[in-house]
Parts: sequence; C-alpha cells; structure tokens
Amino acid sequence: MLSYLIRRLLLMALTLFGVSIAIFLLLRIVPGNIADILFDSAGLIDPAEKAKIVADLGLDLPLYQQYWQWIGGLLQGDLGYSYVSEKPVLEEIAPRIPITAKIAALALIFSVIAGVPLGVISAVRQNTPLDYLLRVTSLSGLSMPSFWLGLLILMAFVHYLGTIPIYDREPATFMAGFTMLAVPAAAVGFRSSALIMRLTRSSMLEVLRQDFVRTARSKGLSEGAVTYNHALRNALLPVITTIGIEVAFLFGGLIVTETVFNIPGVARFLVEAIRWRDYPMVQNLVMFTATIVVVVNLIVDLIYMVIDPRIRYSE
Amino acid sequence: MAPVLEVSGLSTVFHTRRGLVRAVQDVSFTVNAGETLAIVGESGCGKTITALSLLRLVPMPPGEITSGSVKVDGTDLLKLSDAEMREMRGSKIAMIFQEPMTALNPLLTVGKQIQEMVVLHDKCSQEVARKRAVEMLHHVRIPEPERRSREYPHQLSGGMRQRAMIAMALACRPKVLVADEPTTALDVTIQAQILDLIGDLQREFGTAVVLITHDLGVVAETAKRVCVMYAGRKVEEAPVEEIFGRPLHPYMQGLMNSIPRVGSARGLDVAPDERLQEISGIVPPLNDLPPGCAFEPRCTRADARCKTQRPELEVKAPDHIAACWQA
Repeated sequence: MLSYLIRRLLLMALTLFGVSIAIFLLLRIVPGNIADILFDSAGLIDPAEKAKIVADLGLDLPLYQQYWQWIGGLLQGDLGYSYVSEKPVLEEIAPRIPITAKIAALALIFSVIAGVPLGVISAVRQNTPLDYLLRVTSLSGLSMPSFWLGLLILMAFVHYLGTIPIYDREPATFMAGFTMLAVPAAAVGFRSSALIMRLTRSSMLEVLRQDFVRTARSKGLSEGAVTYNHALRNALLPVITTIGIEVAFLFGGLIVTETVFNIPGVARFLVEAIRWRDYPMVQNLVMFTATIVVVVNLIVDLIYMVIDPRIRYSE
Repeated sequence: MAPVLEVSGLSTVFHTRRGLVRAVQDVSFTVNAGETLAIVGESGCGKTITALSLLRLVPMPPGEITSGSVKVDGTDLLKLSDAEMREMRGSKIAMIFQEPMTALNPLLTVGKQIQEMVVLHDKCSQEVARKRAVEMLHHVRIPEPERRSREYPHQLSGGMRQRAMIAMALACRPKVLVADEPTTALDVTIQAQILDLIGDLQREFGTAVVLITHDLGVVAETAKRVCVMYAGRKVEEAPVEEIFGRPLHPYMQGLMNSIPRVGSARGLDVAPDERLQEISGIVPPLNDLPPGCAFEPRCTRADARCKTQRPELEVKAPDHIAACWQA
C-alpha cells in the first residue's frame, strides 16, 4: 500500500513535469508576446522601448533558461510577477481561487446528488414514462453548452424576478451568497449531472441483471435494500471514475460560465491572462489546475480501493 | 406425513416479442420434510423457471405465473402480497444457485451477507446475527469460520463459496430448500462433498429439498423421487430406484441410454467403435410447441396419435406416472 502510494506520487510528479513542458511550449507557439500586444494595442512603435521590455521580462533568453527560471522559482514557492499588473502572481490568484473552488464544489455536489439517484430511478423504472423523461432531460443536458444554459437562466431571472444574481464579494446573507454561487454552479453542473445520471443508469441496469441481485431477493430483502445495499454499491464503481474525470471538464465549463455570470473567479482570469500572454500567470494557473486534476484522480483510485475489496494496489 | 411443499398446476409464461413462451406448464409435485425431489431435464426444459417460480423470483414482466399453487406448510405463496412473500423467502423457502462466484455479492463479506438475512428474518441484533453467521459457516465445514466470515467471496475457493451459499440459505432453517444445479460449476471431488453436505444438513434440519439438475449421477446419489421435465411439462415421476430401473417415457429412456457406463453389461471398457446413443433432434421452441406430444418429433416410437393428441400424465405402474401414449 505504501509502495503503491509512493509510486503514484512519483508518477504524479512526472505527469506534472510533462504538463509544465506542454504549457510552456504551447504558450510560446502562440504568436506574439506581451511586448507585441502592448505595442500593437497602444499603437506605439518605438522599437527600442519594446526591446527594453522584452529584455526586462527575460523574453529574449533561450527557451531552456526561461523554463528553468519559471520551474526553479515554482519549486521554491516563487510564482513570479504578473506581466500585466506587475503584482506577485500568488497575490493575484489567491483571492480568486476560493470563488472558483466554491462554484466547482457546488457544481460537483449538485451533479452527484442529482445524477446518482435519478440514474437509479431511471434504471429501476426502465422503459416507463419516467425513465423516458429522465433520459430525454439528460440528453439535453449533455448537448446543451453550459454558457447557453447560463444565458437562459439569466434571462429567466430577469423575466420572472426582474433581477439577476450579481456577484458580491461580501453577500448580505448566507442564502444570498448561496444563490449567487448556486445558480452558476447549477448551470455548469447540469452537464455533469446528466452524464452521471446516464452512466449510473446503464451501470445499474447491468448490475441488476446479475446473479447476486437475485440471491439478495431470494433472501427476502426489500426492493430498496436490494437496489441500494447490493446493486448500487457495485454500480457506482464506473461512476466514481467519471466523477474524477468530470472535475477537469468542470473547470473548462467554468471559464465560460464565470464570464456569463460576471464572476471574478480564477477560470475567467485565466482567459484574460492568455489574451495578454501573461506567461507567469497562465503557466502557474494551468499547473495549479493540473495538480488538482491529478490529485482528484489519485483520490478516486483510493476510493475505488475502499469500495471494491477485489482491488489491491500493493503488488 | 403431510408434504411440506405442494406444487400443483404451476404454469409460468414469458411475454416476448416472438410471442408467448410457455416455460412451465401445469407442473405438480409434492415433497415431504427431509425428502429430496430431483427435477431433471436438459437445458431449456423449464427446470430453472420452475425453481424460480417457487420463490416467485421470475422477473415480472416479462414473466408471469399464470396459474397453480405453491403451498409451503399449507400457505399458498402465489396468493401472498409482495411483502408477505418477502417474509417467506429465506425464512421458509430458500434457494441456492448454480454459480457460487456470481451469486454472492463481491463487495460484501461472506459473513455480512449471511448476517443481513438473519437480522431481517429473526429480528435479532447485528451481534447475534454475526455469531449465527459464523456458526453456520462452521456448520457447513468451512475451516476457521471466524476469519472466513470476514473475507470477501473472491478470497474463497469455488467449493467454499458454495458452502457459504448453503450456509446462507439454511441460516434461518427454511422448511424448503430449492437447489438449482448446486454442483454444476464445481469439480467432481468438490461436487460429492457439497452433495454430502446438503444431505447431512437436510437430515439434521428436516429440510425438504428440491434439487434441480441435469446430472443423473447426482440424482442417483441424492434423490428419493425424480420428476422428469421436457419442454416445460412434467413427463414422468417415480421413486428413484423405479425410474432408473424401469424408465417409461422414451425421453427418460433416451437420457439413460446416453450415460456412459464403465463396467456395464458391455464389458469393462466401451469398445472404441461403440458410440453412446444420443437423442436426435432438438427441443422444440417453447413459443411454438407441436399440437401433440412435445417429444414426438424426436421420438423413435411415435405414431399418428402422438402427432395430434397430447398425452396426459397417467399411472402406468404403482407409484409411477408418465405422459406417453406408448408407455
């Protein structure tokens, strides 16, 4: 078990190293750097001043040196300075992370507590009108982009309530704060809940046909006990894997949703940073996200081990 | 002695796209306490559906038990509500299945799976139930029952899993045990042990056993009476010595002839060029049965009447019934 964990942690470090190379190179492949953009947008054409900025930011150094500067700093906890605001990167992103984290967590909770039970109901009531309704709803959830759903929700708010939930750093009440985050969370989590629902349904249908479910019935257990204690436990294994993968997708969905709802979270901030070729900002944000995804996947594998006694990662 | 299990006129059908499949038709039999009745027949003859019908475990829909009665100690199970039926399952009538690997929940310990049922039926505490589970595992001769009860099915061997299944089925001392091919998935030496075990526990608890099998060797070793099924119907029933000594239905005769024998009248070894007899043809589809005897297309002794009229079960010899115009 311990050796497995150590191996996994080493593998995680390797993955993150790969991610760092990829994001570093990708950013440099994109045409233009901060100096180009500043000069193009401001209409200034003093090449000497431009060269000075490039030299100041170290953008004229060979790539491997630039990479080493970044990674070396990151390993020592120094994330560098934003090219745009000239403030430390950490200072810029630290207040935004909790906002995005709260929405993402809410969206995930929402998608699990809606997706799993509805998937079970859909499977147990297979081929009934309720099942059809749930399947159609989930299909629309999968095919609807979250920003569009976000816009629809905003329009509905305006139409029926005459107001929209506007982001406020210090909401008046807990409920106000909750609504403020829950609405975008629902918009972005709808897709995940639809996916989780469909997966739970198909997984349940498969498990319900298995012999041990019949054994459970032959023991005299109630349908509820058969469904939840015996079938669902088995059916959840593939669902948990998907939940892990959805965490990464959730972040992608949040980028647009934060823009639609005008929330100053880290996801929208990333888009801004890319626009300005704010290398330190983008690189560190992507590394941060990648770390979360990798850690979540490790947690998923560990949960797997707890639920399924047949899986032992030791040898 | 009044029979513990009385099945009469049991019919189970399946509504499918290809029409009505009559899986079990008008099947009747009785089993006394401590007695074993074997139901034999080839795959698809309705044995397993008969067994599942006894516990009302046939998936409905598409299945439906259309008529008959299944009385355990005088209570007709087919007339009970779903909740009342659940009370009976496990406590009065229990079942063990063919595949002990897939019949146990892989995510729960063996002990827990037994415990769960004991708590449900005996309304006792988890601790009492846990002790009973260990006791039952000891009873089915699983070594180190305390430790084994904390293990998961995949940690047990095939034979041990089937023992655990039996321990579970008998944990609440049911009156009737339905065993659906309990030894088919096991190797031969383990088969004999499992059959002995069922026999011993049956004597100890006085359980009536319905043994579903296609293995006539198993029947000869364990059953008191034999019921032969073909295409969803019972075609012959007699005590085991009688039916092996003097099979009346051509189908049963065919089954007997297809058993390889060592040291039979033909000598110690079957000659290399001598072939076992087979029953030619296949079982007719259950949604499209011939109007006469279902076995007629494969029967060597069939005549014109067999084609058009279905024979009813008749007493052909003392305590020996068969459904055949030629017997």
